[in-house]
Amino acid sequence: MTVADALLLALGAVAVGSGALVVTSTHLVRAGLYLVVSLGAMAGLYLVLGAELVAWVQVLVYVGAVVVLLLFAVMLTRAPIGPSADLDRPAWPALVVGGGVGLGLAALFIDAFRWTIVALPVPGTTERMGAEIFGTWVLPFEVLSILLLSALVGAIVLSRPDIGAPKEGGA
Amino acid sequence: MHAVIPYATAALLFGLGVYGVLRRRNAILVLMAVELMLNAVNLVLVTADVTVTAALGHRGGVFALFVIVLAAAEVGVGLAIVLQFYRMRAAVQVDEVALHHEPEAR
Repeated sequence: MTVADALLLALGAVAVGSGALVVTSTHLVRAGLYLVVSLGAMAGLYLVLGAELVAWVQVLVYVGAVVVLLLFAVMLTRAPIGPSADLDRPAWPALVVGGGVGLGLAALFIDAFRWTIVALPVPGTTERMGAEIFGTWVLPFEVLSILLLSALVGAIVLSRPDIGAPKEGGA
Repeated sequence: MHAVIPYATAALLFGLGVYGVLRRRNAILVLMAVELMLNAVNLVLVTADVTVTAALGHRGGVFALFVIVLAAAEVGVGLAIVLQFYRMRAAVQVDEVALHHEPEAR
């Protein structure tokens, strides 16, 4: 049990615990804030695993942008401040499928890796990551930028009711 | 460092995400659960970067970055759809979405 192991266990426990609160909390806003904790713990895991750039991108994009978007959506849909009673469907099917997937995958991974001990990686620098992206993966990178642009345009078109809406009646 | 710890964490998080997607009725909470699943996949990619680096080089991190970008695009379009649906029906419950055409809906 090294320091890295202890860190991984602690951060993993925080991530899984707050993740469980995300999917069980009856407060919409609290679910969003627990998501922040979970994603932050994941960023810590990335740091321990030596993926510095991914960790900071995670903090910037997920905690900084995605969660803020989700909280904006919570506010724009006039979610109640207090607990809501109608957030959940019956638990059994979700419990069976979700528990089956989670525990099944965990059993697979545990069986595959047992107690293999891996040397701690040297922290990956942004330089190495940049060389990978702009060397081997430059075409997917460009495709991704086009996808982002089309997602942006699509979101704008979707949220403007005067584009492409049926003229009679309307919403 | 035991490789199994982050892998098991990722598997449990993925299971939690599946549970949330199936359990929640509120579309925004469903999107949050999807984010949990995407993050679990990212954790697997980053861990694979460390543990099976001989076969993988350092591609896991690059793929994780790509998944983060895709998740950002997904949540943008998804929330636009949710907000538009809220504007039309004043509801965000996914099991009240009519999958067939309703002529006298409004």
